[in-house]
Amino acid sequence: MTERPVIEAKDLDLTFQTNDGPIHALKGVDLNVNKGDFVSFIGPSGCGKTTFLRVVAGLEHPTGGTITVNGMSPDEARQNRAYGYVFQAAGLYPWRTIGGNIKLPLEIMGYAKSEQDAKIAKVLELVDLAGFEKKFPWQLSGGMQQRASIARALAFDAEILLMDEPFGALDEIVRDHLNEQLLELWARTEKTIGFVTHSIPEAVYLSTKIVVMSPRPGRITDVIESPLPRERPLDIRDTPEFLEVAHRVREGLRAGHAYD
Amino acid sequence: MNKLLPILTVVVAIMVVWYAAAVGMNKKWALDQAERAGISLSTGALISDTWSQDRPRLPAPHQVVAELWKSTGGMVIKGKPFSKRSLIFHGWITLSATLAGFVIGTSAGILLAVGIVHNKAMDMSVMPWAIASQTIPILAIAPMIIVVLNSIGVQGLIPKAIISAYLSFFPVVVGMVKGLRSPDHMQLDLLRTYNASGSETFWKLRLPSSMPYLFTSLKIGMAASLVGAIVGELPTGAIRGLGARMLTGSYYGQTIQIWSALFAAAILAATLVGIISLIERRMLKRMGAA
Repeated sequence: MTERPVIEAKDLDLTFQTNDGPIHALKGVDLNVNKGDFVSFIGPSGCGKTTFLRVVAGLEHPTGGTITVNGMSPDEARQNRAYGYVFQAAGLYPWRTIGGNIKLPLEIMGYAKSEQDAKIAKVLELVDLAGFEKKFPWQLSGGMQQRASIARALAFDAEILLMDEPFGALDEIVRDHLNEQLLELWARTEKTIGFVTHSIPEAVYLSTKIVVMSPRPGRITDVIESPLPRERPLDIRDTPEFLEVAHRVREGLRAGHAYD
Repeated sequence: MNKLLPILTVVVAIMVVWYAAAVGMNKKWALDQAERAGISLSTGALISDTWSQDRPRLPAPHQVVAELWKSTGGMVIKGKPFSKRSLIFHGWITLSATLAGFVIGTSAGILLAVGIVHNKAMDMSVMPWAIASQTIPILAIAPMIIVVLNSIGVQGLIPKAIISAYLSFFPVVVGMVKGLRSPDHMQLDLLRTYNASGSETFWKLRLPSSMPYLFTSLKIGMAASLVGAIVGELPTGAIRGLGARMLTGSYYGQTIQIWSALFAAAILAATLVGIISLIERRMLKRMGAA
C-alpha cells in the first residue's frame, strides 16, 4: 500500500477552555487510517475517542498538530462530503418517513429527484430495511431506527463512515445482530469505518485496527492490528485468537488507568 | 358515553348553582314589587318570578339562551341577520378585528422569534421588551392607542386589530423561540456534517420541530386576540361589536343582553380555538404523529 492514508493525524492536541481550567481532550495523538480499514476507538469516558471522531468530522477543531482527511483539512473534507456520521441516537426526524429521513442529506446536497429515489432504495436494501420506506420512525424498533440512520449516512456515497457508539443504547442481542450486519455491509461497500465503542468484544469483533485510548489527557495508549481474518462469523468470538486480542485491549485499558 | 357523563354532571351542577343564585339575587326585587302591589307571593310564585324578570340582577340560563337565540337565529328567520340588534352583526364586527389582530400578532410573533433565535443582539434586546410590554395593563393602553390613531384619522377596525395583535404576539414569540430552539445538539451537528446552510437548517429542522409549540401558542394567541378586540371596543363607547353590546347593556341595566353578549364571545372563542385544534390535528397527523 503506497496510497496515502485516508485519515492522517500528527501530534494532534485539543484543549477545551472551561471555567474549571483547561481540559486536555486530546494530547499528542498520532494515527493513520488506511483505505478500507475498520478502526475502533475504545477507552473509558473522557479519553477523547468521541472528540477525535468529531475532529475528523470537522465538528471540533484541534488546538495543535495537523490532521488530514482524504488529504484535505476536515472542513474541506466535510464540504466534499467525504464522510457519513452516525450518532449514538438514531436522531431520525419524527415528521419524516424513513425514506424522507434518508432523503434529507440528498436534498441538502442537491441530488436530482430521480437519483434520490434510486439511492434511497439502494441503501434501504443495504441495511435490510427494504419496504419500510413509507413507515414513520416510531413504527420501527430501536435497532431498525439505528439501521435507518446508518442508511442515511450511507445515502450520499461517502467513502468514510464515522460511527459514534451507534449501538450503545441497544440491548446485546440486537447489538450482536447489527454488528454482524455491519461487517457484511463493510465487506460489500468497502468503506473506511471509524467506530467509537465502550465494548471490548464489539471492538475486537468488528475491527481491523483497535485504538486503545486513556483519559486525562486524552491519548492513545495502544494500536492493535487485528490478526483476525476479514471474514468473521459470530462464533469467532470463542477462538483463542479473539480472546488474545481482547486480552491485549484489556491490558491496554488497564495500563491507561495506571496513571490515575 | 364515558366522556359524556362527567361533562353532563358538571353542566348540571353549574345549572343548579346558577338557578339557585338567580333566586337569591333577584328575590329582593320580586318581594319589593309584590309589597308595592300589596300582594303576598307564594314560594313557587316567587321562584318563577326571579327566573323571568326583565332586568334581573342575574338572568337565569334559559333567559340568556332565549336572548341569544332571539338575537342570532331569530334574526336570521326574520331575514335581518345583520340588523343592529343581531349578535351575528356584532359578533362579525368583533371577529373581523380579532382575525386581523391575530394575523398581525402571529406574523409579528413568528418574525420576532426567528430574529431572536438567529441573532444574538436581538435575543438580548427584544425579549425584555416583549416581556415588559405584557406587564402593562391592556386597559391602560387601549384608550391611548385608539385616541392616538383616531387623531391621525385611523378608526374602526385597525385600532382594535392593533390592540388585539398587542396581546396575541407575545405567546407566539415565547412559544416559537422555544420551538425553534428545541432541536438538540445532535440534530444540529447532523446537519453540520451535511454542510447545511442556515436557511436549510431553519426550513428542514427548526421550523418543523417548532410546530407543536406554534399551535399551542396560536390557541392562546387566538383567545388573547378576542379579548383584545373586545377591550378595544370598550373605552371609546363604540356602538358596534360584542364589547359595545356589553357596554350598552351595562348602561341600560340590560343584564340579559350583557350575558348573551358574554356567551356569544365565549362561543366565538371556543369555535376559533377549536378550528386551530382541528388544523393542528391534521397537520401533526401529516407530520407522522400517531
